[in-house]
Amino acid sequence: MEKKLNLTLKIWRQKGPQAQGRLVTYPVQGVSTDASFLEMLDVLNEELLKKGEEPVAFDHDCREGICGMCSLMINGQTHGPDRETTTCQLHMRRFKDGDTIVIEPWRAKSFPILKDLVVDRTAFDRVIAAGGYASVNVGNAQDANCILVGKESADRAMDAAACIGCGACVASCKNASAMLFVAAKVTHFAELPQGQPERYKRAQAMVAQMDAEGFGGCTNTYECEAACPAGIQVTTIAKLNREYLKSSFAYAEESKSSEGEG
Amino acid sequence: MSLDARVPIGPLSEKWTKCKNELKLVSPTNKRKYDIIVIGSGLAGASAAASLGELGYNVKVFCFQDSPRRAHSIAAQGGINAAKNYQNDGDSVGRLFYDTVKGGDFRAREANVYRLAEVSANIIDQCVAQGVPFAREYGGTLANRTFGGVLVSRTFYARGQTGQQLLLGAYSSLMRQVERGKVKLYSRHEMLDLVLVDGVARGVIARDLTNGNFEKHAAHAVLLCTGGYSNVFYLSTNAKGCNATAIWRAYKRGAYFGNPCFTQIHPTSIPQHGDYQSKLTLMSESLRNDGRVWVPKQKGDKRRPEAIPEGERDYYLERKYPTYGNMVPRDVASRNAKAVCDEGRGVSETGQAVYLDFADAIKRDGREVIRQKYGNLFHMYEKITGENPYHTPMKIYPAPHYTMGGLWVDYHLESTIPGLFVLGEANFSDHGANRLGASALMQGLADGYFIAPYTVGHHLAGRKLPKVSTDGPEFEEALRAAKGRVDRLLKINGKRSVDSFHRELGRIMWDKCGMSRSEAGLKEAIAKIRALREEFWNNVKIPGGNAELNQSLEQAGRVADFIELGELMCRDALNRRESCGGHFREESQTEENEAKRDDENYLYVSAWQHQGDDKEPTLHKEPLAFESIHLTQRSYK
Ligand SMILES: Cc1cc2nc3c(=O)[nH]c(=O)nc-3n(C[C@H](O)[C@H](O)[C@H](O)COP(=O)(O)OP(=O)(O)OC[C@H]3O[C@@H](n4cnc5c(N)ncnc54)[C@H](O)[C@@H]3O)c2cc1C
Ligand code: FES
Repeated sequence: MEKKLNLTLKIWRQKGPQAQGRLVTYPVQGVSTDASFLEMLDVLNEELLKKGEEPVAFDHDCREGICGMCSLMINGQTHGPDRETTTCQLHMRRFKDGDTIVIEPWRAKSFPILKDLVVDRTAFDRVIAAGGYASVNVGNAQDANCILVGKESADRAMDAAACIGCGACVASCKNASAMLFVAAKVTHFAELPQGQPERYKRAQAMVAQMDAEGFGGCTNTYECEAACPAGIQVTTIAKLNREYLKSSFAYAEESKSSEGEG
Repeated sequence: MSLDARVPIGPLSEKWTKCKNELKLVSPTNKRKYDIIVIGSGLAGASAAASLGELGYNVKVFCFQDSPRRAHSIAAQGGINAAKNYQNDGDSVGRLFYDTVKGGDFRAREANVYRLAEVSANIIDQCVAQGVPFAREYGGTLANRTFGGVLVSRTFYARGQTGQQLLLGAYSSLMRQVERGKVKLYSRHEMLDLVLVDGVARGVIARDLTNGNFEKHAAHAVLLCTGGYSNVFYLSTNAKGCNATAIWRAYKRGAYFGNPCFTQIHPTSIPQHGDYQSKLTLMSESLRNDGRVWVPKQKGDKRRPEAIPEGERDYYLERKYPTYGNMVPRDVASRNAKAVCDEGRGVSETGQAVYLDFADAIKRDGREVIRQKYGNLFHMYEKITGENPYHTPMKIYPAPHYTMGGLWVDYHLESTIPGLFVLGEANFSDHGANRLGASALMQGLADGYFIAPYTVGHHLAGRKLPKVSTDGPEFEEALRAAKGRVDRLLKINGKRSVDSFHRELGRIMWDKCGMSRSEAGLKEAIAKIRALREEFWNNVKIPGGNAELNQSLEQAGRVADFIELGELMCRDALNRRESCGGHFREESQTEENEAKRDDENYLYVSAWQHQGDDKEPTLHKEPLAFESIHLTQRSYK
C-alpha cells in the first residue's frame, strides 16, 4: 500500500565545473512510497521552481535501468541500497519516514562534475574508441549462421555485454579504476569468434587508453561488482588480466612481424 | 510542389536493385571532400554515421545524451525481425513484406516495405559480424522467437536486451570511425535549426548543452535520425529526453510531415500511479499469451480482485472476440481497455487500469512454468509496483509507445528539402498506420546500414553543391532565430513550470487524439492547444540562464515544439475521417464498433506543409497504389 514519507535530503549543489560545491539540505514532505527515486527529485524540483530557486540538475533518460544515464551516489552507495538496480529503478518504498538521504554525484578524477549531480563520462567513449569493436565494414559480413557460436560462449559474451556504461564501478572504487568496464568489453569480444582477430590489440589499446584517462589501478577490492547494476562479475577482470598478459607477448610479435611492410 | 516518391518502375522485387544500379557514385578519392551531419545516435543514426565514415566521408554526429550509446534505441527489449527462414517454417522476403504491409493496415508505401524485407537478412549478418551476442541454440546456430501474431518464427533477440545489444554494436562501429578520425562526436548537443542554402540542406545550428554555446555547422548533407515523438503525450514508454525538435524545426523550414496522427498505443504498460509519475514502463505483450484480461462487471466495484467472484467479472476481450480473445492486436486491445475504464469499470485507485490475471495459467501449468516464461517481467513489475503478480492480478493500461508518422521521405529517404535525409522512427516510411512488433529496430538499421549510404552518395554526386561558409547570411539568420527563441523563453519569467505545460498538453492529446478520436473532440483539442500555446509563451517559468547546463531550458524548447506538433497531429486526425491501424475515428466504425477503413477516400499518405506560424498548413497527398497486394478489412471476431 502507498504511504507518504517526510524526508530530509542533503544534495550536492555545484554551479559549474569550476565552481565550489556544497551539500544543501532540503526537507521534502509527502513523498509517495510508490514514486521512484528520480520522481522524488522531480517533485523536489517542482517545489524549488515554485520558490524561485534553481532545480537540481541530474542525468537521466530511459528511467528503465538500461541507458546508463542516471548516476547518483545515495547515502554513499552508487545507485542506492538495492543490488543490481539503477537509481531510476530504485523506489521510495525502500526508505523510511524521517530518513535523511545524502545525494552526491559520481566522484572520480576522470568524471569531472559539470553541474550539481551531472558528471562528464566521455572518458568511457574514448576507451571504447581505442579498441572496443570488431573491425568489420558494412558489406563484408557473411551469412550469420556460417560461424557457429556455442550457446555457453554466447551466453558468457552476453553476460559481459550487458554493461550499461553508467560508471558505478568507477565511482564505487577507492582507486576510481575502470577495470570492470574495460574487462566487460574485452570479455564480451574474447568469448566470440568475431572478436578473435583483434583480441590482443584490443586489450592493449583499451587498457592504455584507460590509463591515459587517469582511471586508477585495480587493487582487487571488488566494490565494483557489488555496485554494478548490470551484474557484471569480477571474473571478467581476471579474464582481462590474462588477455592483457598474453597480449603483451602476442601483440609485440604481431607488430614486429608487420614492420617494414608497405 | 508535387510529391514525387521516386519509386523505380518495374517489378516490386527488382526495384531496389534497379535503383542501386542507377544511383550516382562518388569516387573514392572524392569522398573525403564531403561533410555529412548526422543528428541522432540511435540505431538509425549510429549505423548511418558508421557506414558513411567507413566509406570515407567526414561525418559529425550529434546527440543530446552524454554518450551516443544512450540513445533511446537502447531500451528496446523484444527483438528484431529478419526474413532468414532459419527455422525452415516458410518465411520469405515476400511474407515479411506482406505481414508488414498488412500490419500497417495498408497505409505504407509498398516499394519501401519490400526493400525493408529484402535487406532484413543482411542486418543480422552485419550485427553478428560486429559481435552482437544474439541468443543461440546449443548447436551454435542463431535462435528465433515468435512475435506479435505472425505465423513464422523470425525474431532474433539478445535476452530482453535486443535494442541494447544492437545499439552497442552500431555504437562500437561508430567509435571505430571516431578513432580513425572519420567521425567527430558532439554529445550533449542539441540541434535547434536546419540551415538551407539555395533550398538545399547545408547545415545546422546546435547548442552545446553544457555551456549554452551556439554553434554553426556546415555540410553537404544532413541526416535526421532523431527518433519518435510519443512524448507529445507526456506519459509514454519512451525515454524522458525523446523529442520532436529536430524534425519539427525542419518541418518549419519546409520539410513535409507525413501522417502525424499515426501513433501506436501499446496495450500492456504498468498504469499510472500518481500525479508525480514521469513515465510509463512497458510490459512485454507476450504476457497476453497466458494472462486473462478482465474488469468487474459492476461500476465502481472497489473490492480486492480476489474477492470478486467469477460470475461478477467481465473478461471483455474473450467475450467480444471469441476467436482471438486476449490475443487481439495492439490497437484493439488498447481501445477496449480504454472503453471499459471510460464506463467507470476501471480498477486501481485511479480507475485507469484493467487486470491481467495469471491465476488460471498458474492453476493450469503450475507456478514454475509461468516463472520460467515470465519470471523477469514479474520481477520488474513487482519492483515498480510493490505487488506480486503470482498472488494478485497485474494491473495494466495502454501507453503511447511509437510514432509511425514522421517527416515525409521518398524512396531515397530524402525529405522534400533536397539534401535532408530522415532515417529511423523520425521518418514516416515503412509502418503505415500501425507497426508490427520487432520491426522498428529492423527499419532503423536498414535505413542506416543499407539504404542511406547509397542514396546520400547519389545526392552528393548528382547535385551541384558549392562551398558554403558558416559566416554566410543563411547561417547567420538561423543562428539569430535559434538564439532569439532561447532569449524569448528565458525572458517570459511567468509562473508555471515547463512540466506543468507538458502534462497539460499530454492530457489533451491523450483524451482527444489518443486511442479514439472524433471530429468534435479534435476540434476541441485544437482550440485548447492553441490556448495552451498562448499561455506557454506568456506564463512559463524557466530558472537560470543560457550560458550553463540548464535542463529546464532544454525541456522548454522541446515542449514548445510538442505543443505545435500536437496541433498538427489533431489536424491530421481530423482530416482522416476513417479508422485505420492505430487511428480510430469514432465516425468510422462498423455496426459492431470495430474500426472501419475507407480505402475509397483515404488510400493516401498525408504530407503537411508548413505555411507560417499562424497559418493553416497545406495538405498534400501521396496516393498509395498496391500492385502486388489485395486489400482486406481486418477482423478478429
Ligand atoms: C520500451 C520500448 C521497447 C521497444 N521494443 C522494441 C522491440 O523490441 N523491437 C523493435 O523493433 N522496436 C522496439 N521499440 C521501438 C524502437 O526501439 C525505436 O523505434 C527505435 O529504437 C528508434 O530508433 P532511432 O534510431 O530512430 O531513434 P532513437 O534511438 O530514439 O535515437 C534518437 C537519437 O536522436 C538524438 N536526438 C534527438 N533529438 C535531437 C536533437 N534535437 N539534437 C541532437 N540529437 C537529437 C538522441 O540523442 C538520440 O541519439 C521499442 C520502443 C520502446 C519505447
Ligand atoms: S535513466 Fe536510464 S538507466 Fe537510469
